[in-house]
Amino acid sequence: MTVHAPAAVHAAAPTHYRRFSRADRLLHGFLMFSFLGLAFTGLPLLFSHEAWAATLARVFGGFRSAGVIHRTCAVVMITVFTIHLSRIVRRLFGQKDLGILWGPGSMVPQPRDFFEMVAHLRWFIGLGAQPRFDHFTYWEKFDYWAVFWGMGIIGGSGLVLWFPELFAHLLPGWMFNIAMLIHGEEALLAVGFIFTIHFFNGHLRPEKFPMDSVIFTGRVTAKEMEEERADEFDRLRTQGRIDEYASAAAPRWIYRLGRTAGGIAVVLGLVMVALILFAVLQ
Amino acid sequence: MIRVLSICCRVAVALAATASLAMAAPQKPAAPKAPSNDDCLACHGDAGAVRADGRSVAVKPEAFAESIHGLSGLACVDCHADLARAAEFPHAEKLGPAQCASCHDKAVASYDTSVHAQARRSGGNLAAAACADCHGSHDIRPSSDTASRTNHARLLDTCGRCHGNEEIIKRGRIAIGNVVELFRDSIHGKALIKSGLSVAPTCTDCHGGHDIRRKSDPASKVFRQTIPTTCSRCHEGIGREYWASVHGTQVAKGSPLAPVCSNCHTAHDIRRSDVEGWKLEVIKECGTCHQQSLETYRDTFHGQVTALGYSRVASCADCHGGHRIFPKADARSTVSDARRVATCKTCHTGATASFAKYDPHADPNSHERNPLLFYTAQFMKLLLLGVFSFFGLHTALWFGRGMQQKAAGQWPRRRDEDSTEDGE
Repeated sequence: MTVHAPAAVHAAAPTHYRRFSRADRLLHGFLMFSFLGLAFTGLPLLFSHEAWAATLARVFGGFRSAGVIHRTCAVVMITVFTIHLSRIVRRLFGQKDLGILWGPGSMVPQPRDFFEMVAHLRWFIGLGAQPRFDHFTYWEKFDYWAVFWGMGIIGGSGLVLWFPELFAHLLPGWMFNIAMLIHGEEALLAVGFIFTIHFFNGHLRPEKFPMDSVIFTGRVTAKEMEEERADEFDRLRTQGRIDEYASAAAPRWIYRLGRTAGGIAVVLGLVMVALILFAVLQ
Repeated sequence: MIRVLSICCRVAVALAATASLAMAAPQKPAAPKAPSNDDCLACHGDAGAVRADGRSVAVKPEAFAESIHGLSGLACVDCHADLARAAEFPHAEKLGPAQCASCHDKAVASYDTSVHAQARRSGGNLAAAACADCHGSHDIRPSSDTASRTNHARLLDTCGRCHGNEEIIKRGRIAIGNVVELFRDSIHGKALIKSGLSVAPTCTDCHGGHDIRRKSDPASKVFRQTIPTTCSRCHEGIGREYWASVHGTQVAKGSPLAPVCSNCHTAHDIRRSDVEGWKLEVIKECGTCHQQSLETYRDTFHGQVTALGYSRVASCADCHGGHRIFPKADARSTVSDARRVATCKTCHTGATASFAKYDPHADPNSHERNPLLFYTAQFMKLLLLGVFSFFGLHTALWFGRGMQQKAAGQWPRRRDEDSTEDGE
């Protein structure tokens, strides 16, 4: 047998399976850092009565410079969102891939998500076995749609607040009051959710602690695939498509980069949560 | 030896007798006649002249000669009246105070109503200023003289001898503290000291000279309701604007709450109105009465940015005006329906009538004022509460179960290291 990668993978059971494409990982990377930038330059305004807020604003060079950073990050995030949307459109209309609208590869919530959630909750309290998941679990879908909705709402209201004179031609001025309110409240929701729930679901829960680097490496081990995505693994094997996803381990530098970047993000996020809790619980 | 001593003694006695004769000569023959200035200076003109207790009683002849009293030919006994009839010299050590009132009756009558006179009388606080403490004694010059203690340019130092002296402030229990230090850094102080402006006010311009009264005294120039009048003596145009404003008319009606100049500008450390610190401070000042407006302002971008310590966005006066504040219903108001767009335009150059429908004091808790905002806020509250409650519980349960699994040895079923090529 010739030493040929796919063949080698085929011969022996693969050590890893591909979960995220390079584009997904890159988009997530940009999303992550623009989100951190937005959170750290925006929250000082929301908590402007706190001493730490003034300090944080000074760290970013004053409110004007913080504003420039905030809007720069906003442009990055809007770009990420636009690329993501255009990729969906291309898959839908270009590749006629209707699988993204329904089925196991789709982010669209489906009945099985509800049943899996109930089963998962029952398992938490010892009332049943751990459910078997497919490609996307219900909490991953929630994370996705929370961010999707958040980007639409926060991004939209943010643009209104960025260009009030322009939007005043389309909207009455009191809409700025509403835009201001939902921009802040949604931001609080997004920051609170990402820095606690998403971090826990992704990284901090006992079986993943301290972190899961799949979003950086794009790969899961064969064991993870078999145990955590049992339905997906069985489905792909039955369909004979499992080998399409076979992969070698990620290069070490990607793993290290992901671990460093992810670690920084988690620490910064938790610091922000601590500051918010400090302000809210006072 | 004894002879030498006795000669010395005799010479000394003779000399002393001659000296005393020389001094007494012009006085002795005419006992009722008042001593002349030269008579007085014969002793007091000696720089080393001291009392029994060692305190100096010297008078500089040239300082007196150059003083207003010297120049106008006053005699020592005109002020030291009880020496006019003194028969014996050296005269008694304890004399009555110089009688300024014998000439300056109006000034002294005015002084008698002052906080300084009051402190001396009632509290027995002899540190409180009397005539000489400000004017000097033998070297008094007219206040138009630049060398005078009461000259416009030098008065701050004169008042500062007490009001800039920590020890005297403490001893005299002067509640306001070291005002001279505050004043030095104020816009008035800088204009006076640094720029040497003759129009810059010094202490007496606001407080008066002889009749300085407590600010609680309705006759005081710095009595609350009188302050705008006092300031208007220089700031004439602003005074007119202020008296027409909602605050001015309230003060004129006797309102004890409506602000006067010093509420926003302070008294001694008045700063330029365009410096950041003052612009931010004055927001809080408005909020002492307009509490709800301050709270709703803090919810806006304007209010958040100023709370962070940056003044480049609108604060109270930017929209409402400083001195020309009127109720919103008044057409003269900068936030009236007729003028609001123009006011927004001072910063937001593209502002339109639609733009100006923005509520800079929106209250998400007020259904009447902002119904849509109210419902949006309620929805957001429910959304946040719902999401965090559900996922808070979800996370807590998952964590508990996960720890249990881990303790039971069912997880470490995977390590991150598995994901790398070489598995560190």
